Amino acid sequence: MSDLEAPLSQGSGPIHRLDPRARLLAMLFFSIPVALARSDASALAALGFGLLALTLTRPAPGLILRRLLAVNAFTAFLWVFLPLGGQGEALFHLGPLVYSREGARLALLLTLKTNAAFLAVTSLVGTIAPQDLGRALQALGLPEKFCHLLLMAHRYLFVIQREFRRLLTAAEARGFKPRTDGHTYRTYAWLLGMLLVKSWDRAERVHQAMLCRGFNGRFHSLAEFSYGARDTIFLMLAGLASAAVAGLSILEKTA
Amino acid sequence: MHISEGILSAPVLLTGAALAVAGVAVGLKRLPPERMPQAAILSSAFFVASLVHVPVGFTSAHLILNGLLGAILGWAAFPAILVALLLQAVLFQFGGLTVLGMNTTTMALPAVLCALACRPLLLSPDNRRAGLGGFICGSLAVFLSGILVALALIGTGETFTHAAWAIFLANLPICLIEGFVTAAAVVFLRRVKPEVLSGALA
Repeated sequence: MSDLEAPLSQGSGPIHRLDPRARLLAMLFFSIPVALARSDASALAALGFGLLALTLTRPAPGLILRRLLAVNAFTAFLWVFLPLGGQGEALFHLGPLVYSREGARLALLLTLKTNAAFLAVTSLVGTIAPQDLGRALQALGLPEKFCHLLLMAHRYLFVIQREFRRLLTAAEARGFKPRTDGHTYRTYAWLLGMLLVKSWDRAERVHQAMLCRGFNGRFHSLAEFSYGARDTIFLMLAGLASAAVAGLSILEKTA
Repeated sequence: MHISEGILSAPVLLTGAALAVAGVAVGLKRLPPERMPQAAILSSAFFVASLVHVPVGFTSAHLILNGLLGAILGWAAFPAILVALLLQAVLFQFGGLTVLGMNTTTMALPAVLCALACRPLLLSPDNRRAGLGGFICGSLAVFLSGILVALALIGTGETFTHAAWAIFLANLPICLIEGFVTAAAVVFLRRVKPEVLSGALA
């Protein structure tokens, strides 16, 4: 299954049964202390809560491993560059370069935080069906126009992607092979230009079709969200977890 | 070009979020309702474009095309990029909530500024000058995005100085490619469908 089809959102774990609004709120509670955590203990706690949430989502392990690799490409970059810039005690020397302990500690902290945040996003946001995201955000008070943009952009993502695939297949059938040269870049530019032209025309047809059906600036959806006791309990637990992460950070600072 | 969640400090995150909120508000206000489908479908087109990996020597880089996005959508580039980042979060779990504002700003602010600066060139009757405008718009937007990412890192702490330099330098070849692709796309659009660039949406 392609990533564009949001494979995570199609599971049936306990998290999937929660109201999408509750998941978004929990994400909001949890993100802030994780982003601001300054101690290893609180980052570890956050990672633990993230893993717990991930087990409740029951995702395909291959998918998670692939994503973890992508996320940690950036943290690997931090492990290389942060200790080289840091002051303080040297762990070891690389020729004229000093690999500092302080920088390595910071890289470790940031790695823990980034992975904790990734696990939380995976289990709380990744499990929301993309078509529900716009409505859930609207229910939480985001501007209607923005949520319409999100809804329609997602609706046409697949159409546009298939259209691009078609253009690319046609180019390949004519012997196009991507290389590092001007010809390749110009070909891509023209393919993308054509994609934009087709999207522009499609948007005009879509808009006319919407007007024909009496579109007056409001989308109606038949799917109803239901917020129940389960969601309240989950939000309270998420609040406790966030408080624990924040508390550990504060304790370490005062200690 | 993305900063992961959990890296930046609170003041940097807040600055990014404030700029993003202001930009998205302006973008939404200036977008007439009848243009909404166009902005939405072009947003998905740019999202698809950003999944394209072009070869660069032994590796490959994905296109950002924020300069072209700004040239076509104008201020609506802000909501368009926020939509793209939200879709990335829900589809690929890249990025996070607190860094969303900063990531929107680093890509959308240069898009809007470069498009405004290059508008006279992009609309000039001569295709060569328009192509030059496209090159400047495309490469400068990515260049400025790289600078903003580097500044966000340096603003977080001096330890990030080396990392910021590495990002800045790695970004330079991408600027050239983006400039070239944007220039070619601008000339193509002017020949095939000039109204896309006429600023109807900008």
